Amino acid sequence: MEKITVVDGVAVPLERAQVDTDQIIPAEFLKRVTKTGFDDALFFAWRQDPDFVLNDPAFASGTVLVAGPDFGTGSSREHAVWALRDYGFRAVISPRFGDIFRGNSGKQGLLAAQVTEDAVETMWRLIREKPGIPASVDLVSKTVTVGEFTAPFEIDDYTRWRLLEGLDDIALTLRDESSITRFENARQSWRPLTLPAQ
Amino acid sequence: MAKALGRTLAEKVWDDHVVVRGEDGAPDLLYIDLHLIHEVTSPQAFDGLRMAGRPVRRPDLTIATEDHNTPTLNITKQIADPVSRIQIETLRRNCEEFGVRLHPLGDVEQGIVHVVGPQLGLTMPGITVVCGDSHTSTHGAFGAMAFGIGTSEVEHVLATQTLPLTPFKTMAITVEGELRDGVTAKDIILAVIAKIGTGGGQGYVLEYRGSAIRALSMEGRMTICNMSIEAGARAGMVAPDQTTYDYLKGRPHAPKGADWDAAIAYWNTLPTDEDAVFDAEVFLDANELEPFVTWGTNPGQGVLLSDAIPAPESFDDPNEQASARRALEYMDLAAGTRMKDIRVDAVFMGSCTNSRIEDLRAFASVIKGKKKADGVRVMVVPGSARVRLEAEAEGIDKIVEEFGAEWRFAGCSMCLGMNPDQLAPGERCASTSNRNFEGRQGKGGRTHLVSPLVAAATAVRGTLSGPWDLEGLDGRMPETAVGAGAAAQVGNDLRTQGGTR
Ligand code: SF4
Repeated sequence: MEKITVVDGVAVPLERAQVDTDQIIPAEFLKRVTKTGFDDALFFAWRQDPDFVLNDPAFASGTVLVAGPDFGTGSSREHAVWALRDYGFRAVISPRFGDIFRGNSGKQGLLAAQVTEDAVETMWRLIREKPGIPASVDLVSKTVTVGEFTAPFEIDDYTRWRLLEGLDDIALTLRDESSITRFENARQSWRPLTLPAQ
Repeated sequence: MAKALGRTLAEKVWDDHVVVRGEDGAPDLLYIDLHLIHEVTSPQAFDGLRMAGRPVRRPDLTIATEDHNTPTLNITKQIADPVSRIQIETLRRNCEEFGVRLHPLGDVEQGIVHVVGPQLGLTMPGITVVCGDSHTSTHGAFGAMAFGIGTSEVEHVLATQTLPLTPFKTMAITVEGELRDGVTAKDIILAVIAKIGTGGGQGYVLEYRGSAIRALSMEGRMTICNMSIEAGARAGMVAPDQTTYDYLKGRPHAPKGADWDAAIAYWNTLPTDEDAVFDAEVFLDANELEPFVTWGTNPGQGVLLSDAIPAPESFDDPNEQASARRALEYMDLAAGTRMKDIRVDAVFMGSCTNSRIEDLRAFASVIKGKKKADGVRVMVVPGSARVRLEAEAEGIDKIVEEFGAEWRFAGCSMCLGMNPDQLAPGERCASTSNRNFEGRQGKGGRTHLVSPLVAAATAVRGTLSGPWDLEGLDGRMPETAVGAGAAAQVGNDLRTQGGTR
């Protein structure tokens, strides 16, 4: 995974709360067996509306999505993260994330930065006043900046460390392989086995 | 999750699965007892393994089935949609290559992944269960710690049989009292979600407790745990008890002999200690509950069936007001409309929330001997091939067909707009599933979440209705369609049939 320290670019306001992953990417696009090629699928239903924010040329090259509370709730589909990333987003800002979505983001190098509701409101206002206003999300100082406005954000220390170092989760876990084997050797015999089929 | 005082059910299960305790804010490394796989969230994970040259560490703790993307008609024919077909074929190839047991379309153990695990007896108390699907919380009904994961985590579990996880906080949801006739587990959970909101459970494991939960069957408990994710919680649990043990005993993969005794001895230690402290607590009075239905586009936007749609201005939070306004626009509904005046085009009886045998029995008990309302399309989709057989042995398929409804093969079906079963744009559906998001059941489709009893009564009348709205029922729940004794016997016979690899 690539190391991330700062994400900057154009901030896109998604002035909606409770954006579930079915909205981020509808189920019809989950039939694919690849991890890429989902950029057109992002917010597919909403993009049919010409007034939807992603159809505004001012935000065509957006990299930082600023959304309302409870972003990424619902279905566990990691496709939501792949679609955001494919489209060009590198960071999402929200006052509250769905737990699974936040986890998925961390695994895929999409920065999920949690800020206060007031901070989101302020960012929305600034972006409305000046569409295309530059934004940056700094993982080192844990701050988001939109224009002149700066707010701190929350991200768990472990995810932050992994993103800063660009570390692969599975390789990290396999460092503990001997502990896993020891645990397995002590596993009680009543615990389920799928094989052989009974 | 370690605390000085007693521990909760969730903390006990967690503690017993810690392989490496995280230090300095690092997550714990948790061992996974059971990994369920389906076609939609696994192909990229298997690809990852292949690219890194890694095997599946424990194929014997892994099991796959096909559910999301499968048709529920003509299942012996080739899948018509080429993209769907490739996804199913990819799963079959991956399972073959990595030695994972698969129950494909047409197999007697095929079905919705969250119906299959429990019916095989693989889901049991005190274990950890994961699946690349957010409704994995269903399995918590057994006192297991079960939660949905993303595809990267699927790959992680395939490769290591563990997951690095930060401990959850714990929330007790206590439901005391006795449910009235016609009020079900589904109504409890819809009321819980309306109460704490779709984000209320974020970061928590919910433990459902209290006399109303204890009185529920395993099916009812699964319905409740299933929708924990709709309250934002990754997992929901119910402490194991005799109901749990009775359900499990004799199932193909349930422990046998001395293992069974050892398991029971351990499971009896799992319920939350009396001096344990939850991080949050919520109370609900079961006596006061009525059937609950949703009016909006998230599962928290619900009211009593006897109520009317609330005005967006009645919400304190401006974000919620805006969501309500958007929802009403999408749903083409006006504030103040009585729920019972809402006419539907379709009724969907199915999904991992409500497609087990008890759900089908409840649905059948209401529609028996009746005809569906004109112009309403009614689909009944068993959760698994085995549930379908069990229902057919009880004559439920006949009741469904005489009613004028469609009796389908097992799968996720119209719960999500992915397979051929979808709503047309603008169509309105009373659905026993779990998500009423925009477009969830098909682009432009409108969903009202309901219990099986409400779905059945709605199918009879064509407008959102409860069973006591039907003539001749005298305000009371009708008798069940068939004797429970006969049903239990059929269940046992079916359990002795083997599955395929
Ligand atoms: S029935 Fe619906 S909610 Fe359940 S696993 Fe299938 S798609 Fe997901």
